Amino acid sequence: MLLPYLEDYWADTVQQRGVHPLDTIGYPVNAPLTCRPDWRVEGQKPGTSLERLQTDALDAFGLSYGIANCIYGVQLLFSEDMAKAFARAINSWMAAEWLAKEPRLRASIVVPTQSPEFAAEEIDYWAQDKRFVQVLMIVMDEMPLGRRNYWPIYEAAQRHGLPVGIHAGSAYKNPVTPVGWPSYLVEDYCAQSLAFQSMTTSLICEGVFQKFRDLKVVFLESGVTWLPAHLWRLTKFWRGMRSEIPWVTEPPWEIARRHIRLSAQPLDGPGDAETIETIIEHLRSEDMLLFATDYPHWQYDGLAALPSGLSDGLIRKMMIDNPRATYSRL
Amino acid sequence: MTPPTAQVLDRNATDKPAANTLAIADCDVHVVPGDQKKELFPFLEKRWQDYMSTYGLRPRQGFASGPAYPKGQPDAARRDAYPPGGKPGSSLSFMREHHLDPLNIQMAVLNPLRTGQGMQNLEFGSAFCRAMNDWQIAEWTSKEPRVKASVVVAYEDTPAAVAEIEARAGDPNFVQVLLLSRSAEPFGQKRYWPIFEAAAANGFPVGIHAFGYGGAPVSGGGWPSYYLEEMIGHAQCQQALLMSLCMEGVFERCPDLKIVLVEAGFGWLPSLCWRMDKLWERMRDEIPHVKRPPSEYVREQVWLTTQPMEEPEFKPHMLDLVKWIGWDRLLFATDYPHWDFDHPDHALQVRITEEQQTKFFLQNAMDLYKPQPVI
Repeated sequence: MLLPYLEDYWADTVQQRGVHPLDTIGYPVNAPLTCRPDWRVEGQKPGTSLERLQTDALDAFGLSYGIANCIYGVQLLFSEDMAKAFARAINSWMAAEWLAKEPRLRASIVVPTQSPEFAAEEIDYWAQDKRFVQVLMIVMDEMPLGRRNYWPIYEAAQRHGLPVGIHAGSAYKNPVTPVGWPSYLVEDYCAQSLAFQSMTTSLICEGVFQKFRDLKVVFLESGVTWLPAHLWRLTKFWRGMRSEIPWVTEPPWEIARRHIRLSAQPLDGPGDAETIETIIEHLRSEDMLLFATDYPHWQYDGLAALPSGLSDGLIRKMMIDNPRATYSRL
Repeated sequence: MTPPTAQVLDRNATDKPAANTLAIADCDVHVVPGDQKKELFPFLEKRWQDYMSTYGLRPRQGFASGPAYPKGQPDAARRDAYPPGGKPGSSLSFMREHHLDPLNIQMAVLNPLRTGQGMQNLEFGSAFCRAMNDWQIAEWTSKEPRVKASVVVAYEDTPAAVAEIEARAGDPNFVQVLLLSRSAEPFGQKRYWPIFEAAAANGFPVGIHAFGYGGAPVSGGGWPSYYLEEMIGHAQCQQALLMSLCMEGVFERCPDLKIVLVEAGFGWLPSLCWRMDKLWERMRDEIPHVKRPPSEYVREQVWLTTQPMEEPEFKPHMLDLVKWIGWDRLLFATDYPHWDFDHPDHALQVRITEEQQTKFFLQNAMDLYKPQPVI
């Protein structure tokens, strides 16, 4: 599918060396979470049918815009050059096969994080196309995402007014848990929200938001309910150890509320509305959550992409106001 | 020994901690041999004494001495916790006067951290752990009834760890088996099962303390830059190992197993349980050995020590959090003599009922550990 979009040298390489597709072990095609049963298309990989995306997601939820995030194994590659070539191919494919065919769709720019310099070039290239509305990274890359190594990516994103979306996923260059490789997919997926905790710590402690004051980071498929308690812990430790990171001059929870946004699917709350209401209170912000279907992943059934327990006002903010405030191009 | 900088508090009669009337159990206290040769070597074979002198400790980290990330304070210790001429946590008489008496501590659980755990050389690690267990009896629990020891085991060598647990079974000097959270592989994995089975069979809860030397970065996305991040990361390590214990079916296989997660806070627990339950439901076919929602095992078989306690921006939110976890699951701990110590008078910043207070500060720990007199 990507071959026509790869430069000749890389298209030849793929064929001559028998390069496998870059699908990762993170979302096995037939695993329950990867695609909702009623969203599956016989004989097709989930998320490859534009027509079904139109009927199952855009039409069914009545969406004005849908932001497409292509999670493909570009970040897993070890060669910077190969990653650059595949990122360019993915983005070209996205523009030609999806954005050109469906006016409600917007997309994220896949970047070769192996080389922040190449990544910034990729952002500069696609930023001219206003249908690309954010930069896309994955939560478990080679290094924690706050590290200065990655700052050229944030510099480019801020310069173009693009938020940086950080999606669940691993480059598998480190064990997915901090205590080693697990046995099961269910653990791999569960551990994604732990990595989001670690990256919240990293982005804030390294001073990314002190340096890039206009930057917004959007956590995608991160889970939500872990955030309040994590910020309590982070802020407590900052009080005790802020001498180590003197550039962080305000409590981490304030920085998070200003700069971090989260897609609200999955939310990872219990079923009851009362507890959800309490969790939302713990967040102390109605600006952070963004509506998401997580199509075609199987997080919920029917149209229940919103948990019960949310006020009408918050739902409006999640579906309209917060996305508009986050994505300047919508 | 004195703290390495000039800012040493001069403790005198006027600045002793205020007397605390509330009786408490302190479920995380750290001790070290003041003089390794004099105190520890009597329990270590000559071969390993020589090994230690010649080759050093060699854990799975690069620095020959000192931690991977420099601590916030020398030895991570409170400036006022140095006994005259000694290291923090090395003197029973000083600890009595400085900590046990003024805080009205009924039971203090010792968690020695600098032991044979996480050493590359497993044989040495086991010998060192065994010696530390003997040392805890000789210097602490045989002299002070309020102090209870932990059986430290070299958990990367399963048969040796099991043998050490069995050797200490029924010994009232010890109230738990102690592991460190950052293991080589997630603790739910098969290679570690005999350790949990042996602990459960011999009536020991298994305390899993933050830290360790597994070799993996403290985040799933690599090594962070700062000590601050490593410390916060201990909560993610505990979540990962708890997830592993649940998803591998360790609690299902070992219904008598009691796990105590030490020094990683507890605020993260409800969210993790909600997430695990949902994923268990969705992917049960992958883990048929897990018969019930993971949160049910956690509710029955897991306890957490409190320090470093989360501090919500709006204090009463702590009450929601503890309600979700259960007032019977939390064990108060100070982390004495470390610098990030939680004081019982100040750590929990909300009003609670007398019953909740008794459970939280004392009774939960007594019910779990059931300390017995050393005869």
